[in-house]
Amino acid sequence: MAKEYRTIEEVSGPLMLVQDVEDVAYDELGEIVLSNGEIRRCQVLEVSGNNVLVQLFESSIGINIEQSKVRFLGHGMELPVSPDMLGRVFDGLGSPIDDGPEIIPEKTMDSNGLPMNPAARAYPDEFIQTGISAIDGLNTLVRGQKLPIFSGSGLPHNQLASQIARQAKVLDDSEKFAVVFAAMGITFEDANFFIEDLRKTGAISRSVMFVNLANDPAIERIATPRVALTTAEYLAFDLDMHVLVILTDITYYAEALREVSAARKEVPGRRGYPGYLYTDLAQIYERAGRLKDRTGSITLMPILTMPDDDKTHPIPDLTGYITEGQIILNRDLYNRAIQPPIDVLPSLSRLKDEAIGDGKTRADHADTMNQLFAAYSRGKDAKELEIILGEEALSEADRIYSRFSDEFEKRYISQTFDVDRSIEETLELGWDLLSILPKNELNRISETYIEKYYRDEIFSEFWSE
Amino acid sequence: MSSEQGRIIKISGPLVIADGMRDAKMFDLVRVSKMNLIGEIIEMHGDQASIQVYEDTAGLKPGEIVKTTDEPLSVELGPGLIGGIFDGIQRPLDELVKIEGNNISRGATVQPLNRSKTWHFFPSVEVGAKVSTGDVIGFVDETEILKHKIMCPHDVSGEIINIKEGDYTVEEIVAVIKDDQGDKHELSLMQKWPVRIGRPFKEKYAPSQPLITGQRSIDTFFPVAKGGTAAVPGPFGSGKTVIQHQLAKWAAADVVVYIGCGERGNEMTDVLNEFPELEDPNSGLPLMQRTILIANTSDMPVAAREASIYTGITIAEYFRDMGYSVSIMADSTSRWAEALREMSGRLEEMPGEEGYPAYLGSRLAQFYERAGTVKCLGSDDSDDRTGVLTAIGAVSPPGGDLSDPVAQSTLRIVQVFWSLDSALAYQRHFPAINWLSSYSLYEEKIDEWMNENVSENWSQLRKDAMILLQEEAELQEIVRLVGHDSLSFSDRLKLEMARSIREDYLHQNSFDEIDTYSSLEKQFYMLDCLMNFYYEVQTALDKNADYQKLISLPIRDDLARMKYIEEENIKETYDKYKKRISQEIADIIPREA
Repeated sequence: MAKEYRTIEEVSGPLMLVQDVEDVAYDELGEIVLSNGEIRRCQVLEVSGNNVLVQLFESSIGINIEQSKVRFLGHGMELPVSPDMLGRVFDGLGSPIDDGPEIIPEKTMDSNGLPMNPAARAYPDEFIQTGISAIDGLNTLVRGQKLPIFSGSGLPHNQLASQIARQAKVLDDSEKFAVVFAAMGITFEDANFFIEDLRKTGAISRSVMFVNLANDPAIERIATPRVALTTAEYLAFDLDMHVLVILTDITYYAEALREVSAARKEVPGRRGYPGYLYTDLAQIYERAGRLKDRTGSITLMPILTMPDDDKTHPIPDLTGYITEGQIILNRDLYNRAIQPPIDVLPSLSRLKDEAIGDGKTRADHADTMNQLFAAYSRGKDAKELEIILGEEALSEADRIYSRFSDEFEKRYISQTFDVDRSIEETLELGWDLLSILPKNELNRISETYIEKYYRDEIFSEFWSE
Repeated sequence: MSSEQGRIIKISGPLVIADGMRDAKMFDLVRVSKMNLIGEIIEMHGDQASIQVYEDTAGLKPGEIVKTTDEPLSVELGPGLIGGIFDGIQRPLDELVKIEGNNISRGATVQPLNRSKTWHFFPSVEVGAKVSTGDVIGFVDETEILKHKIMCPHDVSGEIINIKEGDYTVEEIVAVIKDDQGDKHELSLMQKWPVRIGRPFKEKYAPSQPLITGQRSIDTFFPVAKGGTAAVPGPFGSGKTVIQHQLAKWAAADVVVYIGCGERGNEMTDVLNEFPELEDPNSGLPLMQRTILIANTSDMPVAAREASIYTGITIAEYFRDMGYSVSIMADSTSRWAEALREMSGRLEEMPGEEGYPAYLGSRLAQFYERAGTVKCLGSDDSDDRTGVLTAIGAVSPPGGDLSDPVAQSTLRIVQVFWSLDSALAYQRHFPAINWLSSYSLYEEKIDEWMNENVSENWSQLRKDAMILLQEEAELQEIVRLVGHDSLSFSDRLKLEMARSIREDYLHQNSFDEIDTYSSLEKQFYMLDCLMNFYYEVQTALDKNADYQKLISLPIRDDLARMKYIEEENIKETYDKYKKRISQEIADIIPREA
């Protein structure tokens, strides 16, 4: 039986100081026993001589310095895991909340995980078809990638994420697939949307959910992504499954981290976030990936809402430096009813190059992708000019590109949340649009593909009016 | 063996404080607890030492023992470095996989250099020869392209009394030196050096030759000199890492040290997969045979990230001392600075700007100052004893904002600045080096070299092209106000030609087999063709030729595709195109009545 201490010295915000303890380790998990017998969890943040500073995962309401007791469990944050977790719902620390039976663990895993040895990683190179043209065609998702969705409040990131969870498949699909969903600080309605959506499509039976809602204890959120990723590691590397992890919303996670940091009176970095925010986020995101000697994989899609749609805010900024690209949602597109409102120009998938092309998608994929980007970008510039000077002042070429960018948004990006386009359809659609441009403008595509795919009839028809 | 034993009294993240450490020295390497975690003393108060621990400290308890090794953090230098992948404190990651599996657990002790592998040693001096520090006493063929020279270690000089060709492991004695006092020194293939101290040299020279990278926008407009320093700052997604990879692949160096410091794990895997398959453009052998990787990814312990930069540059200096040209790429120095900040915060130091410690600038300067062209130590003064160390650092400023303290401190030191631009990246114009805000302070010296070695027209062409690009920016302002049609034909031509330089010359596809590398000759031929077209069209306009016809000449499509022409055909193509340019333009000029 672990020793119990009645030496709580101080409780302040999410922190508590306990004196005269023995043999307590850094990062150890503890339990606080309230006078009414209620048990709350905590974790050691700092050990200094006989004093320990602990972080409370739950509220401090009702903790009495005299009567409450603390005991330390002799281990860090651990998670019991088992295949039975599929189809179940847990709280942010990994305890079941769905009236189902307790999990009988196959094994217990350290939820902090250990860094993956870069020499043991396998480079992600398998194309995942999400059925969304703006992603498949231009910002391709790859198995084992970490690709966040940068969104803003009020934008349909949940619909997009659930569409991806629903439609994502690998082209030769015979393998086991699972979804791990971690909600951090989102509202009941948002969480319910996901649960219902997964239930409707029957995907719930191969999903594991960790739910920390907006009114759940904020500090618990610090543990939630770790618990979720530990489960994902178990499913992927022990049970050989391909796991898609959705973490939403990273912004609330970072705020919880800031709360603890501020309570510890640490020197703040940008906007009051702790200086170690980058390292902390990296320890979460870097758990995605593939290993050379395992079949399974972890593909990670964190969702974050950019405060005031500002991409340079520390959370999206640091995330972008760690993840392998980003999908950015745009309010202007959303207002023009373009669904999903993916702003393809600043969006990026860093791993796409290895996952597309001959034998993966189609040989002309890379060329058409670059051409579409270049043309859309030029079209947007032309549109800007048009706003200032009027259509008359545009050069002939600019006029063509301006029309192209309208068509591109209307037909390529926009497809609504229930349409599932195959990669073939996406690529063909790309050529339909590129054929609006004169042939000699296609300077990023090699001759052979132009000959094979360019449609002269579209060009003449489009410009006949 | 040291008998001092301290005890842990405080643990806070990667910082551990121990007492009973009176006999330890600043920057000594220590072993913490029974788990044998590696740490380094960074502060001392009385008998208390603050230790930054290079591994995760979860589970440590007060009272556990701390032992000093009485040595500063050092790297092992010898055969076996090339082709290796090491973490920030030089543990070989591929060996760790074999011992510990897919994840990096704690307290692992693996020797940096393989102890059982034997190397064939060829002596280059004979018994009786007098040698001093830095002198080459023999070599090992470490890879097909690299002779690993074995040098007389620091503070050793005298007469060789024994040296023999043969197969040795890195620890076995290959030679014995008797110094003036009559003391004998046994030399093995391996030596050690503390990472925080720069390796000494005789003399430093001002850089004057370009480091040829095969990247057109770098070599032509913003060249970096051999032995120089360069920085690549840019927001995420602007292609910093791709540029660093391109330089690691194609830069004309004998040895490349690539430090992945606080970056993505998959990027290191990418390098590990790709480099053994890529050919060195000079030797045709796999690039891995000249590359050393230091990988401390962002999820690995933060203190080791701080050390990785020093580990990398010390290894680079070691190869420089052999008389090689070494390039070091550090991606990203911002993550390194953040590691400094994190430790500084834990030490409760008074913060400077944005929470970074006040010594950020001086630490960065110390790193970049270890670059340079030097005369190596040793009694031999011949030319092949000139070593070169070129340092190229990536900077990841928050939100791409260059007022960030790391970016600002870096810019004060480095001579070349490649400014990456997110607007260019959105257009998929790569490398996204902004030609208006980047600079190279080596420009003039390198122009001289280029005029002598590539073509006497080089500096003129380069300047004219740059002026075009600058004029384009001004003209675009005007277009934005009054529209395209109000421009004169000569201004329209400038816009059109600047676009052509951007798209057909500066834009370089690093994923295309041919376009990924352009030799200086190819760069010259391409630029010469483009600029000649411009000059001749200008003259033709003066002779009342039709503007539309001129800029839609068929040769232009071919000029645009010139980057995809193989190196061996480029001269022939160049001659052909130059003729076609004159001819096609001449056909359009109206005959005088």
